[in-house]
Amino acid sequence: MIAVHRFLRSPEGLAGAGLLLIFAILALSAPFFFPRDPLSIAGPALIGPFQDWSLPLGTDRLGRDVLAGILHGARTSLTVGIAAAAAAIAFGAIVGTLAGFAGGLMDEALMRITEAFQTVPGFLLALAFVSVVGPSLAAVVIAIALAAWTGPARVARAEVLSIRERDYVASARVAGMHPLAIAFREVLPNALPPVLALSSVIVAQAILIEAALSFLGLGDPNRVTWGGMIAEGRAVLRSAPYLSIFPGIALVLTVLGVYLAGEATVEASAVRKGIA
Amino acid sequence: MRKLAIRGLGVTYRRDAEEITALTGVDLDLEDGERLAIIGESGSGKSTLARAICGLLPAGTQIVGSIDWPSLRRAPVNGRDVGYVFQDPSASLDPVMTIGKQIAEVARTHRGATWQQSFALAEELAGRVRLPDPASILKAFPHQLSGGQKQRIAIAAAIAGKPGLLIADEATSALDTIVQAEIMALVKQLVAEDGMSLLFISHDIALASQIADRIAVFRDGRLIEVGPAESLLTAPRTPYTRLLLDAHLGLDTTKPWHSGGGAASARAGPP
Repeated sequence: MIAVHRFLRSPEGLAGAGLLLIFAILALSAPFFFPRDPLSIAGPALIGPFQDWSLPLGTDRLGRDVLAGILHGARTSLTVGIAAAAAAIAFGAIVGTLAGFAGGLMDEALMRITEAFQTVPGFLLALAFVSVVGPSLAAVVIAIALAAWTGPARVARAEVLSIRERDYVASARVAGMHPLAIAFREVLPNALPPVLALSSVIVAQAILIEAALSFLGLGDPNRVTWGGMIAEGRAVLRSAPYLSIFPGIALVLTVLGVYLAGEATVEASAVRKGIA
Repeated sequence: MRKLAIRGLGVTYRRDAEEITALTGVDLDLEDGERLAIIGESGSGKSTLARAICGLLPAGTQIVGSIDWPSLRRAPVNGRDVGYVFQDPSASLDPVMTIGKQIAEVARTHRGATWQQSFALAEELAGRVRLPDPASILKAFPHQLSGGQKQRIAIAAAIAGKPGLLIADEATSALDTIVQAEIMALVKQLVAEDGMSLLFISHDIALASQIADRIAVFRDGRLIEVGPAESLLTAPRTPYTRLLLDAHLGLDTTKPWHSGGGAASARAGPP
Protein backbone atom coordinates (compact mmCIF):
# COMPACT_ATOMS: atom_id res chain seq x y z
CA MET A 1 0.00 0.00 0.00
CA ILE A 2 2.85 2.35 0.89
CA ALA A 3 4.52 1.37 -2.36
CA VAL A 4 1.40 2.17 -4.38
CA HIS A 5 1.14 5.52 -2.63
CA ARG A 6 4.77 6.33 -3.35
CA PHE A 7 4.37 5.23 -6.95
CA LEU A 8 1.47 7.62 -7.47
CA ARG A 9 3.25 10.48 -5.72
CA SER A 10 6.36 10.33 -7.92
CA PRO A 11 5.98 12.46 -11.09
CA GLU A 12 7.43 9.78 -13.38
CA GLY A 13 5.10 7.17 -11.95
CA LEU A 14 2.08 9.39 -12.47
CA ALA A 15 3.13 10.36 -16.02
CA GLY A 16 3.98 6.80 -16.99
CA ALA A 17 0.81 5.32 -15.53
CA GLY A 18 -1.23 8.09 -17.18
CA LEU A 19 0.28 7.47 -20.62
CA LEU A 20 -0.16 3.72 -20.35
CA LEU A 21 -3.72 4.12 -19.13
CA ILE A 22 -4.57 6.37 -22.08
CA PHE A 23 -3.11 3.93 -24.60
CA ALA A 24 -4.75 0.96 -22.88
CA ILE A 25 -8.14 2.72 -23.04
CA LEU A 26 -7.55 3.65 -26.69
CA ALA A 27 -6.59 0.08 -27.52
CA LEU A 28 -9.58 -1.37 -25.69
CA SER A 29 -12.04 1.11 -27.19
CA ALA A 30 -10.77 0.80 -30.78
CA PRO A 31 -13.49 -1.68 -31.90
CA PHE A 32 -16.22 0.63 -30.46
CA PHE A 33 -15.02 3.83 -32.17
CA PHE A 34 -13.89 2.13 -35.36
CA PRO A 35 -15.83 -1.08 -35.76
CA ARG A 36 -14.81 -1.33 -39.42
CA ASP A 37 -11.58 -3.01 -40.49
CA PRO A 38 -8.90 -0.30 -40.08
CA LEU A 39 -7.34 -1.60 -43.30
CA SER A 40 -10.47 -0.75 -45.31
CA ILE A 41 -10.85 2.43 -47.34
CA ALA A 42 -12.61 5.18 -45.37
CA GLY A 43 -12.44 8.17 -47.72
CA PRO A 44 -10.40 9.94 -50.39
CA ALA A 45 -6.64 9.38 -50.30
CA LEU A 46 -4.17 11.70 -48.55
CA ILE A 47 -6.51 14.01 -46.63
CA GLY A 48 -4.34 16.07 -44.29
CA PRO A 49 -4.91 16.03 -40.54
CA PHE A 50 -7.51 18.34 -38.95
CA GLN A 51 -9.24 19.06 -42.30
CA ASP A 52 -12.14 16.67 -42.30
CA TRP A 53 -13.50 16.12 -38.77
CA SER A 54 -14.96 12.76 -39.66
CA LEU A 55 -11.34 11.70 -40.33
CA PRO A 56 -9.47 13.81 -37.70
CA LEU A 57 -5.96 12.64 -38.49
CA GLY A 58 -6.56 12.33 -42.23
CA THR A 59 -6.07 9.37 -44.54
CA ASP A 60 -3.11 7.59 -46.10
CA ARG A 61 -2.25 6.87 -49.73
CA LEU A 62 -5.06 4.33 -50.02
CA GLY A 63 -7.64 6.41 -48.18
CA ARG A 64 -7.43 4.51 -44.90
CA ASP A 65 -8.27 6.33 -41.66
CA VAL A 66 -5.02 7.19 -39.78
CA LEU A 67 -6.71 7.58 -36.37
CA ALA A 68 -8.37 4.17 -36.72
CA GLY A 69 -4.96 2.76 -37.63
CA ILE A 70 -3.34 4.27 -34.56
CA LEU A 71 -6.04 2.98 -32.21
CA HIS A 72 -5.99 -0.51 -33.68
CA GLY A 73 -2.18 -0.36 -33.82
CA ALA A 74 -2.13 0.25 -30.07
CA ARG A 75 -3.82 -3.14 -29.64
CA THR A 76 -1.08 -4.88 -31.59
CA SER A 77 1.78 -3.03 -29.91
CA LEU A 78 0.52 -3.56 -26.37
CA THR A 79 -0.49 -7.19 -26.98
CA VAL A 80 2.85 -8.08 -28.51
CA GLY A 81 4.78 -6.12 -25.89
CA ILE A 82 3.06 -7.71 -22.92
CA ALA A 83 2.82 -11.24 -24.36
CA ALA A 84 6.46 -11.28 -25.45
CA ALA A 85 7.66 -9.94 -22.10
CA ALA A 86 5.52 -12.45 -20.20
CA ALA A 87 6.83 -15.32 -22.33
CA ALA A 88 10.44 -14.15 -22.00
CA ILE A 89 10.19 -13.75 -18.22
CA ALA A 90 8.38 -17.05 -17.70
CA PHE A 91 10.83 -19.01 -19.84
CA GLY A 92 13.88 -17.17 -18.49
CA ALA A 93 12.79 -17.61 -14.87
CA ILE A 94 12.23 -21.36 -15.37
CA VAL A 95 15.61 -21.87 -17.06
CA GLY A 96 17.37 -19.73 -14.44
CA THR A 97 15.71 -21.58 -11.56
CA LEU A 98 16.58 -25.00 -12.97
CA ALA A 99 20.19 -23.96 -13.60
CA GLY A 100 20.67 -22.33 -10.22
CA PHE A 101 18.89 -24.99 -8.21
CA ALA A 102 20.29 -28.08 -9.92
CA GLY A 103 23.83 -26.74 -10.13
CA GLY A 104 26.66 -28.83 -11.58
CA LEU A 105 26.42 -30.09 -15.14
CA MET A 106 22.83 -28.91 -15.65
CA ASP A 107 23.82 -25.39 -14.59
CA GLU A 108 26.81 -25.39 -16.92
CA ALA A 109 24.79 -26.65 -19.88
CA LEU A 110 21.87 -24.24 -19.42
CA MET A 111 24.09 -21.23 -18.86
CA ARG A 112 26.21 -22.00 -21.94
CA ILE A 113 23.01 -22.16 -23.99
CA THR A 114 21.94 -18.84 -22.46
CA GLU A 115 25.28 -17.32 -23.39
CA ALA A 116 24.99 -18.66 -26.93
CA PHE A 117 21.68 -16.80 -27.25
CA GLN A 118 23.20 -13.67 -25.74
CA THR A 119 26.01 -13.50 -28.28
CA VAL A 120 23.50 -13.17 -31.15
CA PRO A 121 22.00 -9.67 -31.32
CA GLY A 122 18.37 -9.96 -30.25
CA PHE A 123 16.91 -8.11 -33.20
CA LEU A 124 18.77 -10.26 -35.74
CA LEU A 125 17.54 -13.39 -33.98
CA ALA A 126 13.95 -12.14 -34.12
CA LEU A 127 14.38 -11.15 -37.76
CA ALA A 128 15.78 -14.56 -38.69
CA PHE A 129 13.05 -16.40 -36.77
CA VAL A 130 10.16 -14.48 -38.33
CA SER A 131 11.58 -14.75 -41.85
CA VAL A 132 11.85 -18.53 -41.42
CA VAL A 133 8.52 -19.17 -39.67
CA GLY A 134 6.52 -16.55 -41.54
CA PRO A 135 4.90 -13.37 -40.25
CA SER A 136 2.07 -13.90 -37.77
CA LEU A 137 1.31 -12.43 -34.36
CA ALA A 138 2.38 -15.62 -32.54
CA ALA A 139 5.63 -15.83 -34.52
CA VAL A 140 6.46 -12.20 -33.69
CA VAL A 141 5.79 -12.81 -29.97
CA ILE A 142 7.96 -15.94 -29.92
CA ALA A 143 10.70 -14.21 -31.91
CA ILE A 144 10.86 -11.32 -29.43
CA ALA A 145 10.74 -13.65 -26.43
CA LEU A 146 13.59 -15.63 -27.99
CA ALA A 147 15.65 -12.46 -28.07
CA ALA A 148 14.79 -11.34 -24.54
CA TRP A 149 14.70 -14.42 -22.24
CA THR A 150 18.41 -14.46 -21.40
CA GLY A 151 18.28 -11.43 -19.07
CA PRO A 152 15.58 -12.89 -16.80
CA ALA A 153 17.36 -16.27 -16.87
CA ARG A 154 20.63 -14.83 -15.58
CA VAL A 155 18.98 -12.69 -12.92
CA ALA A 156 16.82 -15.61 -11.74
CA ARG A 157 19.84 -17.93 -11.55
CA ALA A 158 21.84 -15.43 -9.48
CA GLU A 159 18.92 -15.02 -7.09
CA VAL A 160 18.29 -18.77 -6.84
CA LEU A 161 21.95 -19.40 -5.97
CA SER A 162 21.47 -17.39 -2.79
CA ILE A 163 17.94 -18.64 -2.02
CA ARG A 164 18.79 -22.34 -2.31
CA GLU A 165 21.08 -22.01 0.72
CA ARG A 166 18.30 -20.60 2.93
CA ASP A 167 16.87 -22.55 5.82
CA TYR A 168 13.39 -22.84 4.37
CA VAL A 169 14.79 -24.71 1.39
CA ALA A 170 16.68 -27.05 3.73
CA SER A 171 13.47 -27.39 5.71
CA ALA A 172 11.57 -28.32 2.54
CA ARG A 173 14.25 -30.93 1.77
CA VAL A 174 13.98 -32.33 5.26
CA ALA A 175 10.20 -32.42 4.85
CA GLY A 176 10.81 -34.76 1.91
CA MET A 177 9.47 -32.52 -0.86
CA HIS A 178 10.43 -33.44 -4.43
CA PRO A 179 13.35 -31.29 -5.70
CA LEU A 180 11.26 -29.96 -8.59
CA ALA A 181 8.48 -29.01 -6.16
CA ILE A 182 11.05 -27.21 -4.01
CA ALA A 183 12.49 -25.42 -7.05
CA PHE A 184 9.17 -24.17 -8.40
CA ARG A 185 7.04 -23.80 -5.27
CA GLU A 186 9.59 -22.56 -2.72
CA VAL A 187 12.54 -21.09 -4.62
CA LEU A 188 11.05 -19.55 -7.77
CA PRO A 189 8.38 -17.37 -6.05
CA ASN A 190 11.08 -15.92 -3.80
CA ALA A 191 13.41 -15.26 -6.73
CA LEU A 192 10.80 -13.40 -8.78
CA PRO A 193 10.94 -9.75 -7.58
CA PRO A 194 14.29 -8.78 -9.20
CA VAL A 195 13.28 -10.68 -12.34
CA LEU A 196 9.99 -8.78 -12.55
CA ALA A 197 11.91 -5.52 -12.24
CA LEU A 198 13.23 -6.28 -15.73
CA SER A 199 9.72 -6.45 -17.16
CA SER A 200 9.34 -2.78 -18.09
CA VAL A 201 12.59 -2.76 -20.04
CA ILE A 202 11.56 -5.96 -21.83
CA VAL A 203 8.07 -4.67 -22.66
CA ALA A 204 9.50 -1.44 -24.08
CA GLN A 205 12.12 -3.37 -26.02
CA ALA A 206 9.46 -5.76 -27.34
CA ILE A 207 7.25 -2.91 -28.58
CA LEU A 208 10.20 -1.41 -30.42
CA ILE A 209 11.29 -4.72 -31.95
CA GLU A 210 7.73 -5.37 -33.07
CA ALA A 211 7.59 -1.92 -34.70
CA ALA A 212 10.94 -2.53 -36.39
CA LEU A 213 9.84 -5.93 -37.69
CA SER A 214 6.62 -4.42 -39.06
CA PHE A 215 8.59 -1.57 -40.59
CA LEU A 216 10.62 -4.16 -42.48
CA GLY A 217 7.40 -5.84 -43.59
CA LEU A 218 7.72 -8.82 -41.26
CA GLY A 219 4.72 -8.02 -39.07
CA ASP A 220 1.37 -9.78 -39.28
CA PRO A 221 0.00 -8.47 -42.62
CA ASN A 222 -3.62 -8.74 -41.41
CA ARG A 223 -3.12 -6.34 -38.54
CA VAL A 224 -2.42 -2.65 -38.43
CA THR A 225 0.85 -1.90 -36.69
CA TRP A 226 2.56 1.39 -35.98
CA GLY A 227 5.77 0.17 -37.57
CA GLY A 228 3.84 -0.80 -40.68
CA MET A 229 2.15 2.62 -40.81
CA ILE A 230 5.49 4.40 -40.57
CA ALA A 231 6.82 2.23 -43.39
CA GLU A 232 3.75 3.03 -45.53
CA GLY A 233 4.23 6.75 -44.95
CA ARG A 234 7.87 6.62 -45.92
CA ALA A 235 7.01 6.71 -49.66
CA VAL A 236 5.28 10.08 -49.27
CA LEU A 237 7.50 11.45 -46.53
CA ARG A 238 7.94 14.84 -48.28
CA SER A 239 4.32 15.50 -49.23
CA ALA A 240 2.56 13.85 -46.25
CA PRO A 241 5.01 13.50 -43.33
CA TYR A 242 2.11 13.21 -40.84
CA LEU A 243 1.57 9.62 -42.03
CA SER A 244 4.86 8.66 -40.38
CA ILE A 245 4.81 11.25 -37.60
CA PHE A 246 1.53 10.28 -35.90
CA PRO A 247 2.30 6.58 -35.44
CA GLY A 248 5.86 7.61 -34.51
CA ILE A 249 4.54 9.83 -31.70
CA ALA A 250 2.24 7.04 -30.50
CA LEU A 251 5.23 4.67 -30.40
CA VAL A 252 7.43 7.13 -28.50
CA LEU A 253 4.72 7.90 -25.94
CA THR A 254 3.94 4.23 -25.31
CA VAL A 255 7.58 3.24 -24.81
CA LEU A 256 8.11 6.31 -22.64
CA GLY A 257 5.04 5.41 -20.56
CA VAL A 258 6.29 1.84 -20.04
CA TYR A 259 9.77 3.03 -19.05
CA LEU A 260 8.52 5.69 -16.62
CA ALA A 261 6.00 3.38 -14.97
CA GLY A 262 8.60 0.61 -14.69
CA GLU A 263 11.19 2.97 -13.26
CA ALA A 264 8.74 4.31 -10.68
CA THR A 265 7.68 0.77 -9.70
CA VAL A 266 11.27 -0.30 -9.04
CA GLU A 267 11.90 2.92 -7.13
CA ALA A 268 8.75 2.57 -5.02
CA SER A 269 9.45 -1.07 -4.11
CA ALA A 270 13.09 -0.23 -3.31
CA VAL A 271 11.97 2.44 -0.89
CA ARG A 272 9.57 0.00 0.72
CA LYS A 273 12.42 -2.47 1.24
CA GLY A 274 14.54 0.32 2.70
CA ILE A 275 11.94 0.94 5.38
CA ALA A 276 11.37 -2.72 6.29
CA MET B 1 14.00 -51.41 19.55
CA ARG B 2 16.85 -49.27 18.39
CA LYS B 3 15.93 -46.30 16.22
CA LEU B 4 19.36 -45.17 15.09
CA ALA B 5 22.76 -46.82 15.13
CA ILE B 6 25.63 -44.57 14.15
CA ARG B 7 28.99 -46.31 13.74
CA GLY B 8 32.33 -44.67 13.04
CA LEU B 9 30.75 -41.63 11.45
CA GLY B 10 33.19 -39.13 10.01
CA VAL B 11 32.32 -36.07 7.96
CA THR B 12 34.79 -33.95 6.02
CA TYR B 13 33.70 -30.79 4.25
CA ARG B 14 35.59 -29.82 1.16
CA ARG B 15 35.86 -26.17 0.27
CA ASP B 16 38.00 -25.56 -2.82
CA ALA B 17 41.13 -27.60 -2.17
CA GLU B 18 40.85 -27.33 1.60
CA GLU B 19 39.47 -30.14 3.71
CA ILE B 20 37.74 -29.41 6.99
CA THR B 21 37.00 -32.31 9.29
CA ALA B 22 33.71 -31.77 11.11
CA LEU B 23 33.18 -35.19 12.71
CA THR B 24 35.48 -38.12 13.42
CA GLY B 25 34.71 -41.62 14.66
CA VAL B 26 31.30 -41.00 16.20
CA ASP B 27 29.51 -44.03 17.66
CA LEU B 28 26.05 -43.29 18.97
CA ASP B 29 22.77 -45.14 19.49
CA LEU B 30 19.27 -43.83 19.86
CA GLU B 31 16.46 -46.03 21.18
CA ASP B 32 12.81 -45.80 20.17
CA GLY B 33 11.12 -43.11 22.23
CA GLU B 34 14.38 -41.97 23.77
CA ARG B 35 15.26 -38.31 24.21
CA LEU B 36 18.93 -37.69 23.51
CA ALA B 37 20.59 -34.30 23.82
CA ILE B 38 23.71 -33.37 21.87
CA ILE B 39 25.74 -30.71 23.62
CA GLY B 40 28.71 -28.78 22.39
CA GLU B 41 30.00 -25.34 21.56
CA SER B 42 29.64 -23.98 18.04
CA GLY B 43 31.88 -25.76 15.59
CA SER B 44 31.83 -28.96 17.65
CA GLY B 45 30.02 -30.84 14.88
CA LYS B 46 26.62 -31.23 16.53
CA SER B 47 24.67 -29.68 13.65
CA THR B 48 26.76 -31.65 11.16
CA LEU B 49 25.62 -34.81 12.92
CA ALA B 50 21.98 -33.78 12.61
CA ARG B 51 22.40 -32.83 8.96
CA ALA B 52 24.22 -36.10 8.22
CA ILE B 53 21.27 -38.04 9.66
CA CYS B 54 18.84 -36.46 7.22
CA GLY B 55 21.19 -36.21 4.27
CA LEU B 56 21.33 -32.43 4.28
CA LEU B 57 25.09 -32.16 3.90
CA PRO B 58 26.26 -30.23 0.82
CA ALA B 59 27.27 -32.15 -2.28
CA GLY B 60 30.92 -33.18 -2.31
CA THR B 61 31.09 -33.80 1.43
CA GLN B 62 33.01 -36.93 2.37
CA ILE B 63 31.14 -39.24 4.70
CA VAL B 64 32.59 -42.40 6.23
CA GLY B 65 31.02 -44.85 8.66
CA SER B 66 27.36 -45.76 8.76
CA ILE B 67 24.00 -44.47 9.94
CA ASP B 68 21.55 -47.36 10.25
CA TRP B 69 17.87 -47.43 11.07
CA PRO B 70 17.43 -50.92 12.57
CA SER B 71 13.71 -50.52 13.24
CA LEU B 72 12.90 -49.37 9.69
CA ARG B 73 14.18 -52.16 7.39
CA ARG B 74 14.20 -49.61 4.50
CA ALA B 75 15.92 -46.38 3.63
CA PRO B 76 14.62 -43.51 5.77
CA VAL B 77 12.46 -40.89 4.07
CA ASN B 78 12.79 -37.30 5.20
CA GLY B 79 9.54 -35.95 6.58
CA ARG B 80 8.02 -39.41 7.11
CA ASP B 81 10.80 -40.77 9.32
CA VAL B 82 12.58 -37.60 10.40
CA GLY B 83 11.16 -34.23 11.32
CA TYR B 84 13.59 -31.33 11.60
CA VAL B 85 13.12 -28.08 13.50
CA PHE B 86 15.65 -25.39 12.63
CA GLN B 87 17.18 -22.75 14.85
CA ASP B 88 15.75 -19.59 13.34
CA PRO B 89 12.01 -19.83 12.68
CA SER B 90 12.00 -16.64 10.60
CA ALA B 91 14.43 -18.23 8.17
CA SER B 92 13.02 -21.75 8.09
CA LEU B 93 9.54 -20.80 6.83
CA ASP B 94 8.98 -19.78 3.22
CA PRO B 95 8.14 -16.04 3.33
CA VAL B 96 5.79 -16.15 0.34
CA MET B 97 3.72 -19.22 1.26
CA THR B 98 0.87 -19.25 3.74
CA ILE B 99 1.39 -21.09 7.03
CA GLY B 100 -1.41 -23.54 6.28
CA LYS B 101 0.06 -24.47 2.92
CA GLN B 102 3.50 -25.11 4.42
CA ILE B 103 2.11 -27.55 6.96
CA ALA B 104 -0.35 -29.11 4.52
CA GLU B 105 2.44 -29.61 1.99
CA VAL B 106 4.24 -32.05 4.32
CA ALA B 107 1.03 -33.88 5.19
CA ARG B 108 0.12 -34.20 1.53
CA THR B 109 3.56 -35.49 0.56
CA HIS B 110 3.70 -38.20 3.22
CA ARG B 111 0.20 -39.19 4.15
CA GLY B 112 -1.14 -39.36 0.60
CA ALA B 113 -3.99 -37.06 1.59
CA THR B 114 -5.86 -34.64 -0.67
CA TRP B 115 -5.30 -30.91 -0.26
CA GLN B 116 -8.56 -30.63 1.63
CA GLN B 117 -7.65 -33.40 4.10
CA SER B 118 -4.18 -31.92 4.44
CA PHE B 119 -5.56 -28.51 5.36
CA ALA B 120 -7.87 -30.11 7.92
CA LEU B 121 -4.85 -31.90 9.33
CA ALA B 122 -2.85 -28.66 9.34
CA GLU B 123 -5.60 -27.05 11.40
CA GLU B 124 -5.56 -29.95 13.83
CA LEU B 125 -1.75 -29.71 14.10
CA ALA B 126 -1.91 -25.94 14.65
CA GLY B 127 -4.25 -26.70 17.55
CA ARG B 128 -1.87 -29.34 18.88
CA VAL B 129 1.05 -26.88 18.97
CA ARG B 130 -1.37 -24.60 20.84
CA LEU B 131 -1.68 -21.74 18.39
CA PRO B 132 -4.65 -19.51 19.11
CA ASP B 133 -7.40 -19.50 16.45
CA PRO B 134 -5.81 -22.07 14.11
CA ALA B 135 -8.26 -21.51 11.24
CA SER B 136 -7.29 -17.87 10.75
CA ILE B 137 -3.59 -18.28 11.55
CA LEU B 138 -3.27 -20.84 8.75
CA LYS B 139 -4.15 -18.13 6.23
CA ALA B 140 -1.39 -15.85 7.53
CA PHE B 141 2.12 -15.41 6.12
CA PRO B 142 5.18 -15.97 8.35
CA HIS B 143 6.01 -12.26 8.73
CA GLN B 144 2.64 -11.69 10.41
CA LEU B 145 3.52 -13.98 13.34
CA SER B 146 5.80 -13.67 16.34
CA GLY B 147 8.99 -15.70 16.72
CA GLY B 148 7.44 -18.14 19.15
CA GLN B 149 4.40 -18.64 16.94
CA LYS B 150 6.65 -19.24 13.94
CA GLN B 151 8.60 -21.87 15.84
CA ARG B 152 5.32 -23.58 16.78
CA ILE B 153 4.43 -23.60 13.08
CA ALA B 154 7.83 -25.07 12.23
CA ILE B 155 7.24 -27.81 14.82
CA ALA B 156 3.76 -28.48 13.44
CA ALA B 157 5.27 -28.84 9.94
CA ALA B 158 8.03 -31.11 11.27
CA ILE B 159 5.57 -33.55 12.87
CA ALA B 160 3.00 -33.39 10.06
CA GLY B 161 4.46 -36.48 8.40
CA LYS B 162 4.21 -38.44 11.68
CA PRO B 163 7.99 -39.02 11.88
CA GLY B 164 9.53 -41.48 14.34
CA LEU B 165 12.41 -39.13 15.04
CA LEU B 166 12.26 -35.42 15.74
CA ILE B 167 15.47 -33.42 15.44
CA ALA B 168 15.47 -30.04 17.15
CA ASP B 169 18.60 -28.20 16.04
CA GLU B 170 19.04 -25.31 18.52
CA ALA B 171 15.29 -24.95 18.17
CA THR B 172 14.92 -22.53 21.07
CA SER B 173 18.13 -20.49 20.73
CA ALA B 174 16.52 -17.68 18.78
CA LEU B 175 13.73 -17.21 21.33
CA ASP B 176 13.54 -15.39 24.62
CA THR B 177 13.62 -17.41 27.84
CA ILE B 178 9.88 -17.43 28.52
CA VAL B 179 8.95 -18.53 24.99
CA GLN B 180 11.86 -20.96 25.18
CA ALA B 181 10.33 -22.65 28.23
CA GLU B 182 6.95 -22.89 26.46
CA ILE B 183 8.49 -24.45 23.35
CA MET B 184 10.47 -26.91 25.49
CA ALA B 185 7.28 -27.99 27.27
CA LEU B 186 5.51 -28.33 23.92
CA VAL B 187 8.27 -30.45 22.37
CA LYS B 188 8.35 -32.66 25.46
CA GLN B 189 4.60 -33.18 25.32
CA LEU B 190 4.47 -33.88 21.57
CA VAL B 191 7.35 -36.35 21.79
CA ALA B 192 5.60 -38.18 24.63
CA GLU B 193 2.19 -38.18 22.92
CA ASP B 194 3.43 -39.47 19.57
CA GLY B 195 6.10 -41.78 20.99
CA MET B 196 8.79 -40.09 18.91
CA SER B 197 12.51 -40.26 19.56
CA LEU B 198 14.05 -36.85 20.08
CA LEU B 199 17.47 -35.58 19.12
CA PHE B 200 17.81 -32.28 20.96
CA ILE B 201 20.79 -30.27 19.82
CA SER B 202 21.86 -27.39 22.00
CA HIS B 203 24.81 -25.46 23.36
CA ASP B 204 22.98 -25.09 26.67
CA ILE B 205 23.61 -28.05 28.95
CA ALA B 206 21.07 -26.94 31.56
CA LEU B 207 18.32 -26.61 28.96
CA ALA B 208 19.20 -30.00 27.54
CA SER B 209 19.06 -31.62 30.96
CA GLN B 210 15.43 -30.51 31.32
CA ILE B 211 14.32 -32.60 28.38
CA ALA B 212 16.84 -35.37 27.76
CA ASP B 213 17.13 -38.90 29.08
CA ARG B 214 20.71 -39.07 27.91
CA ILE B 215 23.26 -36.40 27.05
CA ALA B 216 26.13 -36.67 24.56
CA VAL B 217 28.90 -34.08 24.71
CA PHE B 218 30.75 -33.15 21.53
CA ARG B 219 34.00 -31.29 21.19
CA ASP B 220 36.01 -30.61 18.04
CA GLY B 221 34.07 -33.17 16.03
CA ARG B 222 34.45 -35.98 18.57
CA LEU B 223 31.99 -37.52 20.97
CA ILE B 224 33.80 -37.16 24.28
CA GLU B 225 31.19 -38.28 26.78
CA VAL B 226 27.75 -39.82 26.73
CA GLY B 227 25.60 -40.93 29.63
CA PRO B 228 22.27 -40.61 31.44
CA ALA B 229 21.44 -36.95 32.04
CA GLU B 230 21.35 -37.34 35.79
CA SER B 231 24.77 -38.90 36.23
CA LEU B 232 26.41 -36.71 33.61
CA LEU B 233 25.26 -33.61 35.45
CA THR B 234 26.19 -34.73 38.92
CA ALA B 235 29.36 -36.63 38.11
CA PRO B 236 30.86 -35.59 34.78
CA ARG B 237 33.71 -37.88 33.74
CA THR B 238 35.64 -35.45 31.57
CA PRO B 239 37.04 -32.06 32.57
CA TYR B 240 35.42 -30.47 29.50
CA THR B 241 31.93 -31.44 30.65
CA ARG B 242 32.71 -30.04 34.07
CA LEU B 243 33.83 -26.84 32.37
CA LEU B 244 30.54 -26.67 30.45
CA LEU B 245 28.59 -27.17 33.66
CA ASP B 246 30.58 -24.50 35.49
CA ALA B 247 30.21 -22.08 32.59
CA HIS B 248 26.47 -22.25 32.90
CA LEU B 249 24.91 -19.53 34.98
CA GLY B 250 21.15 -19.77 34.84
CA LEU B 251 18.48 -17.63 36.41
CA ASP B 252 17.86 -20.49 38.82
CA THR B 253 21.50 -20.79 39.88
CA THR B 254 21.61 -20.72 43.64
CA LYS B 255 25.39 -20.57 43.79
CA PRO B 256 26.42 -17.32 45.51
CA TRP B 257 28.33 -14.88 43.36
CA HIS B 258 31.90 -15.46 44.30
CA SER B 259 34.08 -12.51 43.55
CA GLY B 260 37.55 -13.52 42.50
CA GLY B 261 38.78 -10.07 43.52
CA GLY B 262 40.45 -7.57 41.22
CA ALA B 263 39.15 -4.74 39.09
CA ALA B 264 37.77 -6.91 36.29
CA SER B 265 35.25 -8.78 38.41
CA ALA B 266 34.28 -5.64 40.28
CA ARG B 267 33.46 -3.95 37.01
CA ALA B 268 31.49 -6.94 35.84
CA GLY B 269 29.12 -6.51 38.77
CA PRO B 270 26.48 -8.94 39.99
CA PRO B 271 24.63 -11.04 37.36
